[in-house]
Amino acid sequence: MSRAGTPRGGVLRHAPGLTLGLFLVPIAAGLVGTWLPAFGYLPALGGTSLGFESWRALLNHTSLPGAMRLTLTSGILASALSLALVIAFVASCHGTRLYRRLRRALTPLLAVPHVAMAIGLAFLIAPSGWLARLISPWASGWTTPPDVAIVNDPYGLALAFGLVVKEMPYLLLMTMAALGQAQADQRMAVARALGYGPVVGWLKTVLPAVYAQIRLPVYAVIAYSLSVVDMAMVLAPATPPPLAVLILRWFNDPDLSLRFLAAAGAVLQLFTVILAIAAWNLSERVVMRLGRRWIVEGWRGGGGGLARHMAGGAMSLLYAVAGLSVAVLGIWSLAGRWRYPGAFPADISFGAWTRHLHDLLWATSTTLIVGLAAAGLALALALACLENERRRALRTTNRALWLLYTPLLVPQVAFLFGFQVIAVRAGIDGTWGTLIWSHVLFVLPYVFLSLAEPYRALDERYARAAMCLGATPNRVFWRVKVPMLLRPILIAFAIGFAISVAQYLPTVFAGGGRFVTLTTEAVALSGGGDRRVVGVFAFVQAALPLLAFAAAFAVPAWIFRHRHALRLPS
Amino acid sequence: MSAALESYQGSLVLRGVEISLAERRLIGPLNLSVAPGEIVTLMGPSGCGKSSLLGYLCGTLDPAFRGAGQVMLGADEISTLLPERRRVGILFQDDLLFPHLSVADNLAFGLPASVRGRPARRARIEAALIEADLEGFADRDPATLSGGQRARIALLRTLLSAPRALLLDEPFSKLDARLRDRVRRFVFEHARRNALPSLLVTHDPADAQAAGGKVFEVGPG
Repeated sequence: MSRAGTPRGGVLRHAPGLTLGLFLVPIAAGLVGTWLPAFGYLPALGGTSLGFESWRALLNHTSLPGAMRLTLTSGILASALSLALVIAFVASCHGTRLYRRLRRALTPLLAVPHVAMAIGLAFLIAPSGWLARLISPWASGWTTPPDVAIVNDPYGLALAFGLVVKEMPYLLLMTMAALGQAQADQRMAVARALGYGPVVGWLKTVLPAVYAQIRLPVYAVIAYSLSVVDMAMVLAPATPPPLAVLILRWFNDPDLSLRFLAAAGAVLQLFTVILAIAAWNLSERVVMRLGRRWIVEGWRGGGGGLARHMAGGAMSLLYAVAGLSVAVLGIWSLAGRWRYPGAFPADISFGAWTRHLHDLLWATSTTLIVGLAAAGLALALALACLENERRRALRTTNRALWLLYTPLLVPQVAFLFGFQVIAVRAGIDGTWGTLIWSHVLFVLPYVFLSLAEPYRALDERYARAAMCLGATPNRVFWRVKVPMLLRPILIAFAIGFAISVAQYLPTVFAGGGRFVTLTTEAVALSGGGDRRVVGVFAFVQAALPLLAFAAAFAVPAWIFRHRHALRLPS
Repeated sequence: MSAALESYQGSLVLRGVEISLAERRLIGPLNLSVAPGEIVTLMGPSGCGKSSLLGYLCGTLDPAFRGAGQVMLGADEISTLLPERRRVGILFQDDLLFPHLSVADNLAFGLPASVRGRPARRARIEAALIEADLEGFADRDPATLSGGQRARIALLRTLLSAPRALLLDEPFSKLDARLRDRVRRFVFEHARRNALPSLLVTHDPADAQAAGGKVFEVGPG
């Protein structure tokens, strides 16, 4: 037997186990630590016997029906709209200039944290927001903000809209990535040759293959939309709030006995997500059965011009809303006097920046430390797993992918409390290590997923050629693979950093309330009145990930400026 | 060119070498001996496992395949060594020059660490380039070179790594007809001059003819 076929590279062999353990153990422990109090067991607060009291209290709580309704309508609406928009856009606009342009502009859209987007959106669409100011009073006749609840509306429509602005880009990215594997071009060529129009042809031949690839991301979007806390605190109504916000409120209540109620709510949150995904799965089957009939009935469809205009218009509008939302944060942070309905501030002032400089620097450093550490750790683990997979020629299974998605499918609020309880018992709560660890849970899946494809796509013969030149596997890794993959590696790092910057609940729970990041500060301030201060924190929060992405593109471009083959294709 | 650091006189000997995929034998058992400076050709259709055989010889066989049998290089049995210890040079269909390194850095990657000191290493590389009619190419980006130039640099890189045998995995098949002949001559000439036992796999009879050595048919049937 050849030695090359036997496992080598000692430490690396433990990388997958270590990685899985690092994020499955806290989730499992966190779930147990949440479930026990939900049934009355939490000795630290005097709960020593199991029972259903907290469930009775939860199910009879006056806020529950409203909270559930709000959660389900906004969450399902946001997921369905995001998916419908992505499918409509890709089906009707693939191959157009708009498609290529919006694809290039996708990265900044993904980079902006949820909270910053939510705050910017509120500044934009509120009755006293920028849009109202831009059309007042000359078009609208308003000299004071109209009295309608656009933001914090009772149906959660503003929240659903905010979720679409942030979740649609993620689904779009995953869909575009799936097109290659689905051999979309070949399928389309066949369909077109058989006389199918571009839109109907795409829906009939490409979508079935693409949907199979984006099913897990869609479930992640559903789970996220049904359990989002930070965006909901900005955009959703407060009485009652969506379920996840209600639970957080109970967890943070000075009355410690409400912890039991909160824990039961967290379990309910988990079941809500599981049931919603199950229901979605069921509707998938129905749609697929109906779709198959539609596919074979022979209808070719037309040129799709109308669909192209509508989907392209809707998508462009969302991009514009996202861009304006970030812009308005910057404008407010620099606004001096800005009386309604002026379209722009009367003067510029750095007052908000200078007055809060100390807090700003403090929160920014914490955000940077946690973000860089979590992204770095996740990157190291992902690289170790991928390199181990290569050296031992392992194949990834579907089950491994589900495991990787666990932190994205289990609602944060359903296990982070338990994680905190256990961290307190272990005496590691409120430490830097625990805080970073809690971020790695959510950073790692994205880092791994973004790095896996380019890593696996790297021509293995480069490594073989290097080994035959006498290079050890470690030398091959550092001198051949890392430089050749520098761009995807840095992009994966930037993604991880952006994910970490956006985290709210992990910082609140694992940080034990001891750490203030840009995100926690922005959320805390968003309840208050001064848009200038909120603008400062939310703007910096949005700017950090954008800078990280800019660096991830610029650094390799500069290093390899004389290396033609590694330069950007576009 | 005497690129090989220590001149090494030893034959490449295969004894009972087999390649199989999922219990199905693709190649072998193969017994053959290649003397220093000799070029032996293995002919076979594509997909017959020729490349996997070379992968087995240099220790980078895809684990989906199974290889067995003795591989002797001089007095040493090398099939149990790690790939980087075997000192078996290989040229692939593609030149596989590292796109992130300059021409000189690609060559330096092949040059063993035992050649110490920047000036000494640089001198070896310059000498190799001059010898191959590529003077002044040291700082060039490989992506800007022609196919023939890249093929020659790939060979120089392999020779500078001081191999004790040379494996050729259809290295001429992607070159256009006019270039193919020149590159082929360049490679064979250097293999002979360095007294390397060389094993060429190909499905092109012209390659076998140009090699001028023994020819074996491999593969099923």
